[in-house]
Amino acid sequence: MASKAIVANQLTKKFGSFTAVDRISFEVDKGEIFGFLGANGAGKTTAMKMLTGLLMPTSGEATVAGFDVYKEPEKIKKNIGYMSQKFSLYNDLTPLENIELFGGIYGMSKRAIREKSELIISKLDISEYANKLVADLPLGFKQKLSFSVAIFHDPEIVFLDEPTGGVDPITRRQFWEMIYEAADNGITPFVTTHYMDEAEYCKRVSIMVDGEIMALDTPAGLKKTFECDSMDEVFLKLARG
Amino acid sequence: MIEFSHINKSYDGVMAVSDINFRVGEGELFGLIGPDGAGKSTIFRMLTTLILPDTGTITFADKDVVKDYLYVRSNVGYMPGTFSLYPDLTVEENLDFFATLFNTTVKENYDLIKDIYVQIEPFRNRRAGDLSGGMKQKLALCCALIHKPQVLVLDEPTTGVDAVSRKEFWDMLKRLKAGGLTILVSTAYMDEATLCDKIALIQSGHILGINTPQGITDSFDKQLFTVKHPAQYQLLQILQVHFGESRVQPFGDTVHVSLVQGESEATIRELLNIEGFEDATIAEATPTVEDCFMDLMLNADGI
Repeated sequence: MASKAIVANQLTKKFGSFTAVDRISFEVDKGEIFGFLGANGAGKTTAMKMLTGLLMPTSGEATVAGFDVYKEPEKIKKNIGYMSQKFSLYNDLTPLENIELFGGIYGMSKRAIREKSELIISKLDISEYANKLVADLPLGFKQKLSFSVAIFHDPEIVFLDEPTGGVDPITRRQFWEMIYEAADNGITPFVTTHYMDEAEYCKRVSIMVDGEIMALDTPAGLKKTFECDSMDEVFLKLARG
Repeated sequence: MIEFSHINKSYDGVMAVSDINFRVGEGELFGLIGPDGAGKSTIFRMLTTLILPDTGTITFADKDVVKDYLYVRSNVGYMPGTFSLYPDLTVEENLDFFATLFNTTVKENYDLIKDIYVQIEPFRNRRAGDLSGGMKQKLALCCALIHKPQVLVLDEPTTGVDAVSRKEFWDMLKRLKAGGLTILVSTAYMDEATLCDKIALIQSGHILGINTPQGITDSFDKQLFTVKHPAQYQLLQILQVHFGESRVQPFGDTVHVSLVQGESEATIRELLNIEGFEDATIAEATPTVEDCFMDLMLNADGI
């Protein structure tokens, strides 16, 4: 098992003459909640696609969960979880069917799936929805269930792409408690968000501007370096240039 | 300018909004604040005559929106939550199209959109479908304004938009408001509430409270403290066990604790000393709209 969850060195992606991601280098420790921030169009999505084995880099190196992004993208996919606000679960399946489907895709045994799904249903307190379609679940439950499904196969890293967009403030906080718990269990959460108060919940944060990582530190360190009181100010200062 | 009274709407027997009442004055910037699925879009769609309320009445400039829907349509500018311009028309063609629909020209009302349009003008021959998210939004706003509406209705214009672009968008709204436009805007970002003149907090189809942002935060009836310590997750857990989950909420790098009668700062201090958090800082805090929203949510029985 690798000691670092993610290592990126001069990782670059060009589309024609446009450089979407420009020589980014960073390391993420195992179990560290890492915030990956940047304005729209800064290159976050492209970087995430390379790290999740969906897009070949143009140059540079990266390993994710110890696997090389060029040579072992399929092994990367098996060892990560992914959740976004846009796609997470199948609306026309029940919560249990979704869990079985994803567990099956990741090659888990039927028995492990059954035991673990019972645990999730009772922990999320959604037994009344267990046999209803996901489409009929309140949004907050849906987001919490998607997260549980994303980490169902005990991945080394879970990529969370704006996981809390549009959810109510209480669910948003419960969601972060689930992220902390996952990190306590050794899973490394890699999170993007537009909520700057959530950036404070991360152990370290990187801020991308025009394809480059312009800053990387703990939230406290960033506030000190840029002489700001909040992460909101840090972000505005950096992203606006 | 706008008045909702006792509005109810269900879809296939499922309640979307229930007993909605609010007023928006002329020239006001009114915010509908709440999470996805709260009923914000339903309210805006009824106002813009796209769907009919089941019961209740809505007036727009003293006219009934159901009977006088044609009047409403020519005097409201509506920007829906999803991009709804023609992706295969260019920037310029889209703008011309919407101006023509309303029997006007881009030239006639250009002063209204000038500030915004100059930012996308370099791309006027680009197809709308090929624009970046921020530029699409600016074009949509221009198209919603080009017929010089009395009221502008914006459904979640800043969802998924980064903190910098959000700030720019609100600066734009401020300028439009200064020009006398009445604006209704919905958002799930609680921090945007303070930028409105008046707000309605909405959750699960019910309005939890309507007031000025200041009025909302003034009505918070508990004493609020912020507690700060580097081991925030542990701090949060200790406070939650003692005060209960509903009164302890993380806020950025601090934890908010609301105290009830009989408790004081010393109550928190004593607990933290026992738990080995002597070096935590405790300070009295002014509640934010988000504190109030959570408090109202937790106290809204059966909603």
